Amino acid sequence: MPRIEVDANKCKACYLCVNACPKKCLGKSKTISKKGYFPAEMQHPENCIGCAMCYMMCPDIAITVIKD
Amino acid sequence: MTIIAKKPASLTDLPMHYCPGCGHGIVHRLMGETFDELKIADRVIGVAPVGCAVFADSYFACDMVQGAHGRGPAIATGIKRSKPEAIVFSYQGDGDLASIGMAEIVHAAVRSENITVIFINNAIYGMTGGQMAPTTLVGQVATTAPKGRDPKLQGWPINMCEMLAQITGAKYLERVAVDSPQNVMKAKKAIKKAFENQVNGVGFSMVEVLSQCPTNWYASVPQALEFVRTKMMPQYPLGVFKDEGGK
Amino acid sequence: MTEKTLRKGNEALAEGAIRAGARFFAGYPITPQNEVPEYMSAYMADAGGAFVQAESEVAAINMVYGAASTGTRSMTSSSSPGISLKQEGITYLASADLPCLIVNVMRGGPGLGSISGSQGDYFQATRGGGNGDYHVIVLAPNSVEELGNFPKMGFELAEKYRMPCMILADGILGQMMESMSFNFDPIDPNKLGKFDWAVDIHKNGRKKNNVFSYKGDNLIPDVVERAKRYGLIEKTEARWEEREAEDCDVLLVAYGLSSRACLEAVNKAKEEGLKVGLFRPITLWPFPSKRLAELAAKAKGVLSVEQSLGQLVQDVKLAVNGKTPVYLNAYPAGGQPDGNSILAAVRSILNGGKEGLFDLQEHAAGFSFECKRDTSLGMQGDLKGGK
Repeated sequence: MPRIEVDANKCKACYLCVNACPKKCLGKSKTISKKGYFPAEMQHPENCIGCAMCYMMCPDIAITVIKD
Repeated sequence: MTIIAKKPASLTDLPMHYCPGCGHGIVHRLMGETFDELKIADRVIGVAPVGCAVFADSYFACDMVQGAHGRGPAIATGIKRSKPEAIVFSYQGDGDLASIGMAEIVHAAVRSENITVIFINNAIYGMTGGQMAPTTLVGQVATTAPKGRDPKLQGWPINMCEMLAQITGAKYLERVAVDSPQNVMKAKKAIKKAFENQVNGVGFSMVEVLSQCPTNWYASVPQALEFVRTKMMPQYPLGVFKDEGGK
Repeated sequence: MTEKTLRKGNEALAEGAIRAGARFFAGYPITPQNEVPEYMSAYMADAGGAFVQAESEVAAINMVYGAASTGTRSMTSSSSPGISLKQEGITYLASADLPCLIVNVMRGGPGLGSISGSQGDYFQATRGGGNGDYHVIVLAPNSVEELGNFPKMGFELAEKYRMPCMILADGILGQMMESMSFNFDPIDPNKLGKFDWAVDIHKNGRKKNNVFSYKGDNLIPDVVERAKRYGLIEKTEARWEEREAEDCDVLLVAYGLSSRACLEAVNKAKEEGLKVGLFRPITLWPFPSKRLAELAAKAKGVLSVEQSLGQLVQDVKLAVNGKTPVYLNAYPAGGQPDGNSILAAVRSILNGGKEGLFDLQEHAAGFSFECKRDTSLGMQGDLKGGK
């Protein structure tokens, strides 16, 4: 099962990943981060196909894509 | 558990200072991946510019030199000529490369210095707060072109790849963008090739990256991507302008 | 130590630099220093180094910045207007604590100026020239022999204190030929050992090296640390030469070529029964203030003899600190001193005259110049102060 981890301390909430995800898995967190952003988060893990497009667009290298 | 994609080892763990949505971080990552994949990390010496990427030296895990505005190609020349076995890159923005550093970039190409130049074109001076750059589009508003760039007063944008393509010593010139996963993949290929060229002793290689600057374009991130596609690409078409890597 | 040979100043300097281990040179053509890059283009590659004719002075000094970052003994040379262009790179080198050698074969100024020798860049060399609080070590040779031997001292000082070092010569010194010898054996830079701060290929997983101009945080500790180094240099590295300086009525102070004319004046004065001595700073920064103050205290007057409009005299006044009257004998913009013109100024000091004593304020009140222009050459002839 592929999944992703978003480093909330690096994410600056540009949501390039949210828009890049072909399966619309990602969304905006409701919790504010230490940096003062609402970071991106995985909201539909069941749809993730591990394509890493979110990783590819993330300018802050906050995303790690993992296959368990 | 397998890691499909994570921060390349050639980058440090420091959070980057760039604005949300800025393209610099994507390009840094592509370069880091390239160093990892080509196994050249211990040979890379980079030159950081003056501009938004002034602190790029903190993000690359390789040895770095912080240079004066526009002088990256001259500094890289000094490094490469002193340490020919090193892989030397100069990372520059559009004001840095196409305005104050025009002589340095042109003559590094003329001498065909065996270096790699990564040129970030976002059509604006970012660090100083959105002044008109040599690459600012006709009609584009900047803090020093409040009514938009008027060719009668400020001339037309400069296309560096096309210009440098006239120089015999320039061996590889490609323009890419980082507005979509597809284009990021193409950008990766170009950046990798520009470093492979250096490993193979090909000579002067430059990749121009059209990059989004939501902050100084006064745009949301999606609007900025749209600006890259609909406004920048017609002026700065993507593609290979020169490739003499094999010759 | 080599046998004595006849060499041109600029060529002795270039050869001396290669012998001293210089392995990177970048420069741009400008008279009267062209023999330096010409010599480098012919011999640097044979020595295993790199020569680059840069697209500009600005590029040349930045190439030196890059090469110096790698720990390579790196240098550039130019003449006055070119050195002005290099100031951006020099202040960056100073801020990044990089050692290198910069040669200024001075010509007349300001602006384009003349191509004859001058000393008009004293302020620029000793006060900085670029932006910010910094110094470069400044060495002032007065012979072809010293031109050939100073690059070694320059590199060693630059590396010891991690800062740029400048050799301040002038057009005549660069162009004239003299018998000279090198007082050291050629240095193999590969045997010098590596600097732990240099950027380089790094196989053994050592920590990454950054050459910073600005680290992006509080600048004050860096500037203070540098200032401490500067203080140590001022305390320990001042160099000078004395002739008849212990017991004299008039103490001449001069560096570089004008010190040679002063020697002539010292010898002529002896014949006349006048007690004239010479104090020649070899390092202009650090300025040998302490010793000058000691010597000046015993003299009736101190005369700064310089090919500039009152630049060296300011350091002399700071050193003497009002204890002895300080006078100026100036030959700006390509003018040349000789023994007689200096002696005239010495007599003025001893007899209360005015000839040869340059005073800007008096000049404004009627002090006149005798200025001849040789129109056939389109060049400047004698420029003599005094009446």
